[in-house]
Amino acid sequence: MSRKFFKPRSRAVAGLAAAVALGTVLAACGGGSDSDGGDTAAAGTQADLDAALEAGGELTYWSWTPSAKDQVAAFEKAYPNVKVNYANVGTNVDEYTKLTNAIEAGSGAPDVAQVEYYAIPQYALSESLLDLNSYGLGELESSYTASTWGQVTVDGKLFGLPQDSGPMAMFYNEKSFEAAGVTEVPKTWDEYIAAAKKVNEYNPDWHITSDTGDGGQTLSMIWQAGGHPLNVDGDKININFEDEGSKKYTAMWNQLHEADLLSDQVGWTDEWFRAMGDGSLVTLLSGAWMPGNMIANAAAGSGDWKVAPMPTYDGGTPVTAESGGSSMAVIKQSENPALAAAFVRWLNHDPESIKIFIESGGFPSTTADLSDPAFTGAESEYFGGQKINEVLAAAAGTVQPNWSYLPIQAYANTIFGDTAGKTSYNNNSDLNAGLAAWKAKIDEYATQQGFTVE
Amino acid sequence: MTMASATAATVPPTSPPVRRKTRRNWRGWIFVGPFMAVFALVFIAPLAYAIYLSLFRRQLIGGNSFVGLDNYVQLFQDAAFWTSLTRVLLFLVIQVPIMLIIALVAAMIIDGARIYGANLFRIALFLPYAVPAVVAVLMWGFIYGDQFGLVGQLNDAIGTGFNPFDPSWILVSIGNIVTWSFVGYNMLLFYTTLKTIPAELYEAAELDGANQLWIMRAIKLPALRGTLVIATIFSIIGSFQLFNEPNILRPLVKSIITTDYTPNMYAYNLAFSGQQQNYSATVAIVMGLVTAIIAYVVQLRGSRTEDR
Repeated sequence: MSRKFFKPRSRAVAGLAAAVALGTVLAACGGGSDSDGGDTAAAGTQADLDAALEAGGELTYWSWTPSAKDQVAAFEKAYPNVKVNYANVGTNVDEYTKLTNAIEAGSGAPDVAQVEYYAIPQYALSESLLDLNSYGLGELESSYTASTWGQVTVDGKLFGLPQDSGPMAMFYNEKSFEAAGVTEVPKTWDEYIAAAKKVNEYNPDWHITSDTGDGGQTLSMIWQAGGHPLNVDGDKININFEDEGSKKYTAMWNQLHEADLLSDQVGWTDEWFRAMGDGSLVTLLSGAWMPGNMIANAAAGSGDWKVAPMPTYDGGTPVTAESGGSSMAVIKQSENPALAAAFVRWLNHDPESIKIFIESGGFPSTTADLSDPAFTGAESEYFGGQKINEVLAAAAGTVQPNWSYLPIQAYANTIFGDTAGKTSYNNNSDLNAGLAAWKAKIDEYATQQGFTVE
Repeated sequence: MTMASATAATVPPTSPPVRRKTRRNWRGWIFVGPFMAVFALVFIAPLAYAIYLSLFRRQLIGGNSFVGLDNYVQLFQDAAFWTSLTRVLLFLVIQVPIMLIIALVAAMIIDGARIYGANLFRIALFLPYAVPAVVAVLMWGFIYGDQFGLVGQLNDAIGTGFNPFDPSWILVSIGNIVTWSFVGYNMLLFYTTLKTIPAELYEAAELDGANQLWIMRAIKLPALRGTLVIATIFSIIGSFQLFNEPNILRPLVKSIITTDYTPNMYAYNLAFSGQQQNYSATVAIVMGLVTAIIAYVVQLRGSRTEDR
């Protein structure tokens, strides 16, 4: 009988559970010792890594890569003295939360973790990652595409080895284009906007693409336009959405956005994939990792889709940007940094490991694989037999150089909806106002975190 | 009487009652001890630690420092927090009465047993409460879809353009999910209370010639008062802690359900995406205080009415 008095509604329970969880996490952070402060000062060479592999030992590895388990198995087979404890502790932000807490607590972090490119500056700033140059891994630079290598390097220090890359391309539904009377695949943004109008006129329920306000996607689009809005110099941050590239993007995208030519389907939902399958969502501006997702989730569209380079602003040579992509990094807490670095080198450099990765649908960042005829020549059934990797690998070579993310990028992306979304997306109004609102909130947060905002 | 005096006579004068008293106290602690230990560990310690945290500020650059009440000062000037608090207050003022009235009416109907298949009706109403909150919200999320969901199909059928995720409808949509989930639970609270009313009261009322409406007014409603107060307090706490429903719907409407949509979501996102554990602890403490005060006021008012 008394049970009802002590059994609050499950909503309350959930809140309570969250509060308790919060307490636990807070407690975990409280340790706050500076155990990660002491530099492991491992000045070594790649020969030390070979020795470490021979000597063996035990490693912990966090990753959400689909092929991670198979790669670990192959690694343990090649180096029987090494035991790898692999765990998938969650995808991106979920993993970062656990990783950050373990780093703050001073123990419990893995030796090796998957860290996306945008999150590298954040961990670099808190000095949580090992500089792989201390084992001579800088020598591997020529093996990787320039854009991915640039994203794992901060102030001359190498904080990870690139795993995959996501050069952006335009995926388009050829059948829908034909139905709507778009006879030529858009090569410039002007042609893209014209195509958007045709598609929408043909069927009001059809849209050239969708955009409901996504910070990561917006930044990639600005990157593609040649913008450089995020500037970081040590603890100084300067955000400028008034630069030429950003303005070029907003001026172009506003013509679609303000005219309500874009679908309000949210990415990665059931509706979004269905719209890919039934032809109502006509193009996707997305990373090279997209085909696997389409094959798995929008099977109905099989045979209708094709890939082309991103449209350009000036009709010249195609340029593109990166969208997403991960690297493997060694956490400074590691008790065996040489072995951890050796494992990272094997994971993202050894041909055997990369082969497993590609077979699982991954898009590599190693130039040798990107130019391998077996890779580029593969015909995709979903894309009507098109050699899509040829297009995507070419895109990987045309990424705009010199992009950088903020050391607080994860949080900045979380609040895009609160600011830019609320300002510009709920009523299809000028994107510049939305970006200004976003900048204001990031600036405020950066100041609270001790950065100097310029 | 004789027994007592006989016992008193046999007590040896060498055992003073004082010693017995201390021994009794100590025994009491054996029973209470395990509870107190767990209570201190899972309730008092996190609370104390949260208060401790709220007095500090950890920055990415500059590290951890003692800031006194700065976090509280910041919170009182934080528009995001007050907007979210106003939002859950609005939610509470509208959703809770609707939910409780539906539950009350359902309990009365089932208790009256004038309908066919009252048991089936009771179970059907209670069933949503058994659906895990996450599953319920995901399910409603699909129903609400204005393109492929049930709402979309209805729109197509009757030619309307209703969108439950529209900024002006979203709070109503969330309220609908919450009401759906918790009507059954509250109905059961009321129903069990109604079942404890002695049958003699009804007999007496019938003999006095009271009709069903009078029985409801004079017997059932007064009997339900205490339960109603408790159900209201639970609902108030639930509303202030609104988190599951908006947080699960958020990926669908990021620009409408913002990271600071409700106080709990604000605290959660500050801590887990913003690494601002200190400020998050401040939000949690102030929200806890606000909830406690309002729940206490409701209880005071509720019991006063009961006394009358």
